[in-house]
Amino acid sequence: MKSLTKHRELWLVAAIVVLALLVALRSPAFIQPRSLANILNDTSILIMLALGQMVVILTRSIDLSMAANLALCGMIVALMNAAMPEIPVPLLVLAAAAIGTALGAFNGILVWKLDIPPIVVTLGTLTIYRGMIFVMAGGSWVNAHQMTDAFKALPRTEFAGITLLSWFAIVVVALFYVLMTRTPLGRSFYATGINPTAATYAGINVGRTRFIAFCVAGLVSGVSGYLWIARYAVAYVDAAGGFELTIIAACVIGGVSIAGGIGTVGGAVLGALFFGVVNNALPVIGISPFWQMAISGSAILLAVIFNSRSDRRSGRIILKQAERAS
Amino acid sequence: MTDVPASGEVRHRHIPDRLQSSFRTRLFSWEMLLVIVAIAIFTANSFASPYFLNAYSLSDLTFNFTEKALIALAMALLIISGEIDLSVASIIALCSTLMGLAVQYGADTPTLVAIGIGAGLLCGAFNGVLVTRLGLPSIVVTIGTMSLFRGLSFIILGDGVFKGYPKSFAFFGQGYVYSVISFELVLFLVAAAIYFFVLHRTNFGRRIFAIGNNATAAQFSGVRVGQIKFVLFCLTGLMSGIAAVLLTSRLGSTRPAIAQGWELEAITMVVLGGVSILGGAGSIIGVVLAAFIMGLVTFGLGLLNVPGIVQTIFTGALLIVVIALPILFRMLRKA
Repeated sequence: MKSLTKHRELWLVAAIVVLALLVALRSPAFIQPRSLANILNDTSILIMLALGQMVVILTRSIDLSMAANLALCGMIVALMNAAMPEIPVPLLVLAAAAIGTALGAFNGILVWKLDIPPIVVTLGTLTIYRGMIFVMAGGSWVNAHQMTDAFKALPRTEFAGITLLSWFAIVVVALFYVLMTRTPLGRSFYATGINPTAATYAGINVGRTRFIAFCVAGLVSGVSGYLWIARYAVAYVDAAGGFELTIIAACVIGGVSIAGGIGTVGGAVLGALFFGVVNNALPVIGISPFWQMAISGSAILLAVIFNSRSDRRSGRIILKQAERAS
Repeated sequence: MTDVPASGEVRHRHIPDRLQSSFRTRLFSWEMLLVIVAIAIFTANSFASPYFLNAYSLSDLTFNFTEKALIALAMALLIISGEIDLSVASIIALCSTLMGLAVQYGADTPTLVAIGIGAGLLCGAFNGVLVTRLGLPSIVVTIGTMSLFRGLSFIILGDGVFKGYPKSFAFFGQGYVYSVISFELVLFLVAAAIYFFVLHRTNFGRRIFAIGNNATAAQFSGVRVGQIKFVLFCLTGLMSGIAAVLLTSRLGSTRPAIAQGWELEAITMVVLGGVSILGGAGSIIGVVLAAFIMGLVTFGLGLLNVPGIVQTIFTGALLIVVIALPILFRMLRKA
């Protein structure tokens, strides 16, 4: 299983490299360091969110509310910044993180204590969080001129050739790598997803593990909320609208199994990068951006077909015909 | 042998051929709960706005939800069987775009309807093939086709718009069958009756429940699991096609962003209607009631000038509260 997973990631790396090289044939500037740094910058937020979503999916749950959580946290810190410019930006980042975690914890508590299916909970909170943005902002936007310069500058500040936004993503990837491969908590995420019953017998509190997964996803969404709003310098109700499905798609392309228990940090990052490369490549090779959606849809379908080939369990088939019919 | 009475009659132990215990009673109480919620909202609405209680308002109300509710009917069957379809709104977009395209080539109304419904059916069949033939998880497949179908309509339309639908085409979304009773409402009620019959009164319906409760057991009992799931995906596509015809006719124009977010609203209706998202349980009556409730909530709030986005808070909260309340009560009773 392990070698298969590794294999899949290599395939994904190969696909991304081939894609980038093909684009470079048309316009060599595409693989210049400057352009690559740009792709990383564009993809950073998706990478972080995909990692948060991966943890949730690993525990056999799903979080549809991440994009709404992001937009709500972004709106709140933007309003705080507009109302009280004297609050230092790092404090705002912490505030976004705290609010995001709280919103994630709300999802988690409903899943853990009331045992409501995660897709129902987050479907509900998705609409609630979006609506709350409207209520808080009174339907108006927070525009660039209302935000302080420091607020907008943080993600764009360059350090060692790449933006702080990219550094955020790199640090988050490193943290997730340690969390998932070096800690009992990381292992309990996998155990919960692979076999909840066995996990319970092994002394893992399955409900609490799910709760923590939702908190992690919320935390990531909150921080991404600040970064998103600061980067695009505008906060409005529909910020990152529909992004929740892009996040899940990045996970799926990265080989995270929607049935839980299977997925790696590397895979999720590559899945997100695949999106980044495709989105940046289209304008370069002169394809209308309107093709983007259909292309990512096809990529998701191909990825899931490919994944299911390598996932197929080699169990004993008792009733051959019945198996084929299903 | 002490059990045998003096008269010589053998006393039989009563074994019901169907379990009618907690599941059935819960289902019953669920629908009662929905009825109560609906009446409460209706009453609140009529007190809150003087414009609510008149035939024209109530007739307008139905346009709010019938198109989504048509999809919810098929979606309910699909969810009961343990699958899901997130691509329904994108199917609407693609169908509407294709109809718009046909108008540019001078298609007449029957052709348009055929194109809309046919395209929906094909999209559903595409989902069905991917899920049942290739054995892929439906949630991922339909996230993919959701991008693909709407992506296709973006490719065709760009940021443009299709207009110029024939006059007779407007009937489906704007026409009235009798006085204030709209064509959409009649269509929905007829469809609901058909779905009720299929799900609760036929072998096919019983098999859907069997698949949702335990697909493997159903398979070994001779139920063609793959075939039935395929039919259900086709049905969902078909209903999306019908919804596309109604919506396009009502709006009179097509943009690629048409019906955005409807997949989640349709699923909300289904879940609010008491269908278990895990499959195997649910009823059409519940879904119909939930559709009316959502229509009442959005229309009532609309009359009070509450903006659409704030209305979503109420639908979201309603979804969670209605699901959480019975669970909370059960927990309290146990404690």
